[in-house]
Amino acid sequence: MRIHFKTSYDHDIRLFQDGWQAFLYAALLALMIALPWLIDDFFLGEATNVLIWSTCGLGLMLLTGQTGQASLGHSAFMAMGCYACVLLMEAGLPFILAFPLGGIITGLIGALIAIPALKLHGVYLAIATLALAILTDDLIVMLEPWTGGVAGKFAPPIYVFGIEINRWSNPTAWYYMALVVVLVVTLFYRNLLRAPMGRAFAAVRDSEISAQAMGVNIARTKTIAFGISAGITGLGGALMGLFAEVFNNETFTFILSIQLLMMIVVGGLGFIHGAFLGAIVIAFLPQVLSIATDSLGSTVAIPGLETGVFGLIMILFILFEPMGLYGRWLKIRTFLELFPFARKDMFRRQKSYLKTERLR
Amino acid sequence: MEVLQLLISGMANGCVYGLVALGFVLIYKATEAVNFAQGDFMMLGAFVTLGLVNPEFMGLNFWVALPIVFVIMGIFGYLLDLFVLRAVFGQNQVAIIILTIALGFILRFVAGLIWGHEPLSLHSPLALGDLRMGELVLGMADVAIIIVTFLLTLLLWQFFQRTKVGLAMQAASQNQMAAYYMGIPVKRIQGLVWALAGIVAAVAGILYASKGAIDPNAGFIGIKAFAAAVIGGFGSLPGALMGGLIVGIIEPFAARYLPAGWSQIAPYALLIGVLLFRPHGLFAQVRVKKV
Repeated sequence: MRIHFKTSYDHDIRLFQDGWQAFLYAALLALMIALPWLIDDFFLGEATNVLIWSTCGLGLMLLTGQTGQASLGHSAFMAMGCYACVLLMEAGLPFILAFPLGGIITGLIGALIAIPALKLHGVYLAIATLALAILTDDLIVMLEPWTGGVAGKFAPPIYVFGIEINRWSNPTAWYYMALVVVLVVTLFYRNLLRAPMGRAFAAVRDSEISAQAMGVNIARTKTIAFGISAGITGLGGALMGLFAEVFNNETFTFILSIQLLMMIVVGGLGFIHGAFLGAIVIAFLPQVLSIATDSLGSTVAIPGLETGVFGLIMILFILFEPMGLYGRWLKIRTFLELFPFARKDMFRRQKSYLKTERLR
Repeated sequence: MEVLQLLISGMANGCVYGLVALGFVLIYKATEAVNFAQGDFMMLGAFVTLGLVNPEFMGLNFWVALPIVFVIMGIFGYLLDLFVLRAVFGQNQVAIIILTIALGFILRFVAGLIWGHEPLSLHSPLALGDLRMGELVLGMADVAIIIVTFLLTLLLWQFFQRTKVGLAMQAASQNQMAAYYMGIPVKRIQGLVWALAGIVAAVAGILYASKGAIDPNAGFIGIKAFAAAVIGGFGSLPGALMGGLIVGIIEPFAARYLPAGWSQIAPYALLIGVLLFRPHGLFAQVRVKKV
């Protein structure tokens, strides 16, 4: 067990609690940088996929995990980010400008959408965003001159400082690009949480009324959260579209946003680590399932098996481990750190009365 | 004539949406959980009926199978509440939303395993062919759906007004704590509401399957039913039916008179419009709490 002797308030918001933790994250970073030499191209592609899902997950996590607003419409922002980035590239902008610009545009649209959506709470917000996701799917088809409609679009070749980044000819470069994006997003996210704005997010999540009493401007906070969340998800969506190389309206259906929401719940709602753990689950589940069905001797793929198993995993998590994978790890770690003194009820779920939404 | 025809077929669709929406609203009112799997309940109800009635499966008489279907779906709803939903009672809404969506995934998967992914058609006595009156061609199934929905609504209304269980359900949905103090077994009542929602879903499923084929993805009409429930106001039973009718009628008219693509967008555009201008629906039941 490590003891933190805090001598100033800054200790509470430092990026790393102590040197050991900083060392662990540095080791993880070193491992991620060394990964292309450790695994073959196929698994490197999968690792890139995990990083892309993590980026999208971080975006949604900021809104759902940090600010407490459920959204079933983040596939819409993924689509916006992707189309914005590719359209800017086709207009002649270099990737290195088009990519962040796509994210910023998506963020602005997200903030604009948030202004009317602010009136909505809980379930109503979830349904409105679900409608947004379905509308986006249809809009992509209707705006065919720009989006290519059902036929879809091909991702233009990506050049960063004169180096071509192609999934097939140099997967390592693609991996590093995704890694850089994830790193930047994670650092931004982590620092946001340390800033007053991030604290305001958490205050709004835990109780809007007390946040208001503490002087947090709820409308402004939610709008900013929505905007930043949409922007990050837009970056992830752009990466996803470019990684797939061909994309159309089907790439960004509302199913994707449901998967995204489930992913962050499996990982652990409200933890940065949760977005990564969830992304690992969602990216490797199809592979694990196909290996499992192969080993059982079944040659035909069972349609819908993936979503069925994923649904089952979700239900088990919500019933037995609502804090997700990272929450489970926290429990195990606390148990080990405190060894004989850990008690069963330390993470007990708080029973609360049903908060009615009909009276407010 | 054309308008009347569009109206009737739209109303028939709308009745199915309305019944599914009714299921949402029943559960929402009683337990404040939103059942995103209600569309899949409907699909399951249709498939259970199909499994009992169709000659390639059990081949029972339709009218014999009907009560069995209701019992199965009722028990299914009750057990689901008992073992799954009650465990997350009082947790935040994100958990319940995800839980019910995941349930929908599983139901779809299981239905696909048992009955396959090919569209199947139900041998239903409601599928009677077309009725011709001059230029007007009415599907008999459409007319039957409207009549059955009307009767079911009447029955439910009487149930909520007259029976003890119905009154208890109303009480529990208005104020759980007060209902509990009055000696109403709130938990059991909530289970019964889930059972009732299962039965309503089964009716909706049978009606839906009578109009055409059914496959495991039919549950996705639940999303349109959702739009219907929100348009009508999430806490109001007549509102849910009205919302369903509105969505059902808008669709064929948008398909007929607006450019291509608009008919798919119309229900959701209306939904977003309603949410923006009347966030609690057209028939809202939200009161501001007086401190």
